[in-house]
Amino acid sequence: MIGFASLKTEDAGEGMSLERQEVEKIAHLARLAVPEEDRETLARELSGILDFVEQMSAVDTGGVEPMAHPLRMAQRLRPDRVTEESRRELFQSIAPETEAGLYLVPKVIE
Amino acid sequence: MHNQSITQLIAGLRNGDYSSVELTRYFLDRIERLDPGLNSYITVDAEGALAQAGIADQMLRQGNGSPLSGVPIAHKDIFCTQGVRTSCGSRMLDNFIAPYDATVVSRFKEAGAVMLGKTNMDEFAMGSSNETSFYGPVHNPWDRARVPGGSSGGSAAAVAARLCAGATGTDTGGSIRQPAALCGITGLKPTYGRVSRYGMIAFASSLDQAGPMARSAEEVALMLQVMAGADPRDSTCAEESPPDYAASLGQDIAGLRIGLPKEFFGEGLDSGVAASLEAAMAQFRALGAEVVEISLPNNHLSVPAYYVVAPAECSSNLARFDGVRFGHRCHAPQNLEDLYKRSRAEGFGKEVKRRILIGTYALSAGYYDAYYLKAQRIRQLIAADFRRAFEQVDIIASPATPGTAFAIGEKIDDPVTMYLSDIYTIAVNLAGLPGMSIPVGLANSLPVGLQLIGNYFDEGRLLSAAHRFQQATDWHLAAPADID
Repeated sequence: MIGFASLKTEDAGEGMSLERQEVEKIAHLARLAVPEEDRETLARELSGILDFVEQMSAVDTGGVEPMAHPLRMAQRLRPDRVTEESRRELFQSIAPETEAGLYLVPKVIE
Repeated sequence: MHNQSITQLIAGLRNGDYSSVELTRYFLDRIERLDPGLNSYITVDAEGALAQAGIADQMLRQGNGSPLSGVPIAHKDIFCTQGVRTSCGSRMLDNFIAPYDATVVSRFKEAGAVMLGKTNMDEFAMGSSNETSFYGPVHNPWDRARVPGGSSGGSAAAVAARLCAGATGTDTGGSIRQPAALCGITGLKPTYGRVSRYGMIAFASSLDQAGPMARSAEEVALMLQVMAGADPRDSTCAEESPPDYAASLGQDIAGLRIGLPKEFFGEGLDSGVAASLEAAMAQFRALGAEVVEISLPNNHLSVPAYYVVAPAECSSNLARFDGVRFGHRCHAPQNLEDLYKRSRAEGFGKEVKRRILIGTYALSAGYYDAYYLKAQRIRQLIAADFRRAFEQVDIIASPATPGTAFAIGEKIDDPVTMYLSDIYTIAVNLAGLPGMSIPVGLANSLPVGLQLIGNYFDEGRLLSAAHRFQQATDWHLAAPADID
């Protein structure tokens, strides 16, 4: 019988552990600012989660087709007709900063 | 009035026992009086609700009533509502007034329902306790020191405390069924694709599904009828027309084969919960169902696989929150990268950041095969377990949660322990099956939920089983104290 005991993180063996530098790299890929002082804690928390999911690696999945989606459905196409009208003003009314119908961001090209 | 079912309210409104404006005022008063102690709503739209109620009254007087004309409901704050703030429980969207309605929202509008407001939830639906909300935790109406479950915790608490007649929820790994169980109400997660996801803020797109939450299966059936069906705006929404769910309710369950997965009743299950479930199965047998043991041998892998698949999809979905077109933007960004990084760091809470980082890692070069692809293969094994089980049985019954509602603060600092509170519900999302939770008892004076899992698009059979059970018992009518 499979109970919780086998799911506890401490049973997951050596497992994965993330270093602070890796956290920094992942955070950059995700475009998330992570303050210096939070990196240690975050590395520990993320390592705990990775240790936990690591138990998947013990399962032989050779020959098993990956399942990306629950339903085997083909993507249907709609006729290529204009159905939506432009609502730029409404959409831009909730933007942080706009000018002349454009979204403003800090200067990208010097 | 607040103890009347949606069915009774529809009759009361049609008979003219009360108007929708009176009913709506009555519920708004209750919210004002009781919700400060529960925090189940993020936004109450009194003005909008009364206007909708006025229109419903007019339609009813003219004999033009729609199925839910004048019935006050609430939407989880994950559904876009035109002109009304849609926060998704996040600081990121604290200032977001949705420019359009989600399909679920427009269908309830067309059905004549009155929206009282938007319910509290875990931030971006990531959580099992409602403690990750930017707007503070929701308190369980049965014991205010305890969580209502999550992520649809506000909807569950609002229904349990009779602060709306019914509410919508969404379920990615148990987010309808787990709070329904912990708050003693009935909640249904339909088959993936049964209900449109258009305008429902995406967390994990291959798992997310919207569903109804109310006190009984009969009410849930009425709401599902409104929600279900094809939508040209969601290409993953099933084309097949939904059946008549109210008609399904009457189906006899004599001879129904119910499977109990042996792996779900072992170590880790609270003994009080187990006792209530046992009594419920005896009731089902008395109603003529046949209960047999089945096996779902890969269920223990569902939580690990989920915590790769869901964060991977979340890291991709939440990339859109960049501080440029809508949502939170940091003060005085130095450059574009600083704008992205600080806006996201300030806008997202801890749990959301953890999941974005895990997902980013799992999808990054060199790790994709070991995590994401591996998890998808495990997902196939989990779905295959169910396919085999449904060759033997019509529906599956199991605990919805390992225990009753836990204390606020008990699990919030330990992500993995929190994740394991969804051990019985997550596999259903990975497979894409319909599942529901119904109240079947009390343990330590707190509600216990029974999960019923059906085959693809077989919601009707789940509803009939739940309805027959509720006709023979009254656990779904049990109400928390202190809600009058």
